[in-house]
Amino acid sequence: MTRRLQTEILVIGGGATGVGIAWDAALRGFDVILVEKRDLTHGTTGRYHGLLHSGGRYVVKDPQSARECIAENRILRRTHPHCIEDTGGFFVVTPEDEGEYPDRFVQACAETGVPCEEIALREAFRREPLLNRRISRVFEVPDGAADSFLATHVTAQAARQAGARILTYHEVTGLLLRGPEGAREVVGARVEDLAGGETLEIHATMTINATGAWAGQIARMAGLTVEVIPGKGVMVAMNHRLVNTVINRCKMPADGDILVPIHTVSVIGTTDVRVPDPEHYGIEPWEVALMLAEGDKLVPGLSRARAVRAWAGVRPLYQEGYTGASREATRQFTLLDHARRDGVQGLLTIIGGKWTTFRLMAEKTVDKACEYLGTRQPCQTATTQVPGAEQGHYWLGHRLHEVEEHELHGDLVCECELVTRAMLENAVYRNPTLTLDDLRRDLRLGMGPCQGGFCTYRAVGILHEMRERAGEAGGEVDRSDWEVAYMQSPAHNRSLPPPSSLPLALSSPNLLLRDFLQERWKGVRPILWGRQLKQEMLDSLIYLSLMNVDHLPDAGLTSPMTAFYEQDAGDVGETEAGV
Amino acid sequence: MFTESWQSVGPSLDECIKCNICTAYCPVAAVTDRFPGPKYAGPQAQRFRENGQPHAPDRSVDYCSGCRVCNEVCPTGVKIAELNARARAQMVAEQGIPLRNRLLGRNELLGKLGSLAPRLANLGLHNHVSRVMAEKVVGIAREAPLPRFSEEGTFGSWMKRTAGERLRSDRKVVYFHGCATMYYEPFVGKATVVVLEHLGYEVIVPPQNCCGLPLLSNGEFGAARRYHEGNLHKLVPYAQQGYEIVGSSTSCTLTLKEEAPELLDMFDEESEELKLAVWDVFEWLRERYRQGELPTDFKPLPMVLPYHPPCQYRAHRVGRPAAELLALIPGLDVRVSTARCCGIAGTYGYKREKYQIGMDVGAELFEFVREQGREVRMTACDSETCRWQLEHGTGLPSRHPIEVLAAAYGLYDLERREPRGV
Repeated sequence: MTRRLQTEILVIGGGATGVGIAWDAALRGFDVILVEKRDLTHGTTGRYHGLLHSGGRYVVKDPQSARECIAENRILRRTHPHCIEDTGGFFVVTPEDEGEYPDRFVQACAETGVPCEEIALREAFRREPLLNRRISRVFEVPDGAADSFLATHVTAQAARQAGARILTYHEVTGLLLRGPEGAREVVGARVEDLAGGETLEIHATMTINATGAWAGQIARMAGLTVEVIPGKGVMVAMNHRLVNTVINRCKMPADGDILVPIHTVSVIGTTDVRVPDPEHYGIEPWEVALMLAEGDKLVPGLSRARAVRAWAGVRPLYQEGYTGASREATRQFTLLDHARRDGVQGLLTIIGGKWTTFRLMAEKTVDKACEYLGTRQPCQTATTQVPGAEQGHYWLGHRLHEVEEHELHGDLVCECELVTRAMLENAVYRNPTLTLDDLRRDLRLGMGPCQGGFCTYRAVGILHEMRERAGEAGGEVDRSDWEVAYMQSPAHNRSLPPPSSLPLALSSPNLLLRDFLQERWKGVRPILWGRQLKQEMLDSLIYLSLMNVDHLPDAGLTSPMTAFYEQDAGDVGETEAGV
Repeated sequence: MFTESWQSVGPSLDECIKCNICTAYCPVAAVTDRFPGPKYAGPQAQRFRENGQPHAPDRSVDYCSGCRVCNEVCPTGVKIAELNARARAQMVAEQGIPLRNRLLGRNELLGKLGSLAPRLANLGLHNHVSRVMAEKVVGIAREAPLPRFSEEGTFGSWMKRTAGERLRSDRKVVYFHGCATMYYEPFVGKATVVVLEHLGYEVIVPPQNCCGLPLLSNGEFGAARRYHEGNLHKLVPYAQQGYEIVGSSTSCTLTLKEEAPELLDMFDEESEELKLAVWDVFEWLRERYRQGELPTDFKPLPMVLPYHPPCQYRAHRVGRPAAELLALIPGLDVRVSTARCCGIAGTYGYKREKYQIGMDVGAELFEFVREQGREVRMTACDSETCRWQLEHGTGLPSRHPIEVLAAAYGLYDLERREPRGV
C-alpha cells in the first residue's frame, strides 16, 4: 500500500543544511516536506567537533569561506543563542608553527573582517593554564562551541511551526522521474517509513538533495553523477574540559589542530582521509594516536588524560572535477542546479560547506528554488529566532545549576550528563523517538564518562514503564506538539505534565538496551585503554555478568539502526592513507 | 581555579568510574538529603564547573563535611573531598563568606585573643545566653561542643616556664602542636613532650602558624595560603637540617603533608620538603617501635578503652598506629571503632544548619561506645574536635592516645590531665 503526499518542496536529508532549507522554505511560505532516513543529525552534522567557526581557520587558505563564517557566526549567535556557547577561540603559535604564517594570518584576518587580537601570553595562560607554555603568540577570535544536535532539532521545530512536515526514519529508495532521456524531470521521491513499514510517494515541484556525503547516492537515482569527496575526520573526546576556549594552531589547516570545549568534554580533531563509503568506515589506531600526539602540542599531557570516546564524521566536500586529497579540497559549498548542469529539471543538490554556514547554504538553495517556483519571497532566517532563543547563550553549568535550584538530584537518570527522568520522558513524548541513541542526541544521555553504564538500564526501565502505561491508555501520541526548545533544561521539564502515552514506534525494551549498548561500545573501542578500560570493565560486569544481556529474549529483533551499530569501528572499511 | 595543572586535584575526576561506592559509604549523604553524595558533588559536578561562568553552578557541595571517607573507599583514587573543598572555595570567592565561617576558620586568632583573658572568655562564651545569641546572630549551634580556653596558660607558656627542666639531647625532634593544643588543650602538648623525652629526644618547639585547615574547609584559600607559607618559612629550615617534625593533631599533620599543597596547588620544593619531614606522632612512634627504639616499660592500665581512629587520621593512609601501640599496654583493652565519622568534621558540626547532621552522622560512633559496656570510663581519639564531639555525644571524657601512652609510662595523670611530678 503506497500513500501519496504532495508538496512544493521536498528536502532530502535531515542534517543542519536540510533542516535549514526546510525552515527557510517554510518561512517563505512554501509547502515543505523533509525526509531523513534516520534521526535528525544522523550524518555529518551529528558527528563533528562542535566548532562555531569565526572564520579564522580559513582566512589564509580560503578567504571566501572565512568571510562566510564570520558573517554566519554573528547571525547564529542571534538566531540560535541557546545552541551556542560563547567560548571564544585562540589561534596559538607553537614552536612548530613559527615562520611567516602568523603574520599572514593577522593580515588575512584584517582583509576578511575576522576580528582578531593578539593577547599577552600571560593573559592567555591565566585563562587557559594547561596551554603549552612554549607557545609564543596567541590571537583571540570569536570562535564558539555549538550543539549541532540541539540546533538542528530546534530549527526543525521552527520549520514545523512554519508549516513544514518533518519525517524522520523515512528513507528515500528512489526518485520519481518523468520525461524521456534528455528532458528528464525529478518530481519527488519514493520513501520507506522504516518505523511504520509504509511506502510513501512524495510528489514535489522541487526536490532538494541535501544529503551531504550521501549526495552522490541520491543523484545517482536520477542518473546523475555528483562526485562527493568524502573526507573522514576522526575526533577524540576527552573526559572533561581541558580548556574552556577553542584552541586552534596558527598554521595551515592540518590534522589534529583544533581542541574544542563542548558541553562537558573537550574534543581534539581531526583527520582528513578519503573514504569510499560515508556510512561504513573504520577508525584506525594511527588516527587516534595522531590526534593525541597533536593534542599534546596544544595541551601537554592531553594524551595521558582520559579519552572517553572516538568517532568520525565524513565531510561532504565537493569540488567540480577535483581528484586530489580531501584536506586540500575547498571548504566552500556548492549549489548544483541540475537543470543547468545536467538538463534534469526539478532537482537541486547543495553540498560542501560547514555547519557554521548551514543557514547561508539554505538561503542560497531556497533562493534558487524560488527562481524555479516563480516567486520572490525574501529569506527571513537571518532575522528570525528559533524557539528557545530567549534562554540566551548556553553555559556549561546550566544543567547543574538547575538541578541544584530545584533539588532534582534524586531524579537523575544519566548522572554524568545530568539528565532527569522528566527530561527523558518529555523527549520521548514530544519529539520523534525510535532508539535510545535518538535520546542521546536530544539530551546527551549516555555521553559522559560511563558511556551508558548506569543510565542505559534506567532509561530502558522508564521507557518500558511508559509503554505499559501507554498500552493501558491505548492511544497514539499526537505529535503536533513537537517541542524541543527546552529539552535540555532540567528545570523546564520538571513543570511539564507527565506524558500519558508513548509513540508506538519505540522499539521493544530489550532491543533498546542492546542497540544502545552496541552503539556506545562502537565509540569506546578505539580508545580502550587506561581509565576508560576500567570503566568498560565495570560496565561489562553490569550488563554482561549481572544482566546477561547477551542472552536477552527477542534476540532476532532489529531496529533500523541495529546493523549500523553492530559494525565494529575498528574492523570496518578500507581507508586510503592520509595525506 | 579548578585545573591549574595536572598535579592539581581537578584532573583526578578522570579516575571516576561512577561506581557509587563513595556514595554508599558517605556518612553525610546517609543522614540528609541536603547532600546528594560525594560522586555527585565531586567528580560529577566538577565536569560542569569552570572559570568565568556566570556564577558557581552548585550549592549543595557546601554540605560535604570534608571527612574524606569517600577518598578512603574510592577504588580508583579520585580526590573527591578536595574537589569539593575547591568548589566551596569557588563559592566563597564569588559570594563572600559568612562571618561565622570567617570566625570558625581562625582558631589561631581566636586562641590568641581568648588566651589574653581565658577565664573571662570562657565565662563570656560558655553560658546559655551567649550560646543562644551566637546561634541566632552568627549561626553557631547552641548545643555544639565549643572548647574552653585553657585557664592554666597556653602550651607555649608552659614550655617557657619549664624550659629549665626540658631534656637536652643530641637526638632532636620538632613538635608541631597546632592551635588546639596551644590554646585549649595544652595538656595534650605536655603529654607529647614527656613521651618524646622519655624516648630520649629533645623537643624543639619552633614558632608556627595554624596549619590552615579550618580556612581550607571554609573556602578561604587566600588566607590559608598565607598560613601555609608562614609554616614553610618557619619549619622548612628544620626539615632541611634533617629533623623530623611530629604533630599531635592529626588533621594539622595531614594538612601540612597533603591538604594544603594539594588544595593550594603548592607543589614547590619547600612544600615537598615539609611534606616528607612531617609525621603524625603515632606514625612516628610506631616507626621507633619498629626500629626497636620504643621503651616498653608500661605500667598496666586496666580498663576498656573505645578508640576511634578519626577520618582525618585514616586519610594519612598509615593504618592504625595508635591502636597498634596502645595494644602494647598491659591490661588495656582497646576497642577500635569502625564508625565512619564522629560527625563534627572540624568546624562542620558547629554550624547551626549542620549540627543535627553532625550528630546523626556521629550516632554510629556513639552507639559503638555504648556497646562497649557500662564500665567504660573514657574514650580515645587523635583529633581534638572529634574528642569534643565524642564527649558531647557520649557524655564520657575523651583523651588523646598520647595522653594514654604517657599515663602508661607513668608520666601523666589521665584523670587530671597533667604530667606527673611537674
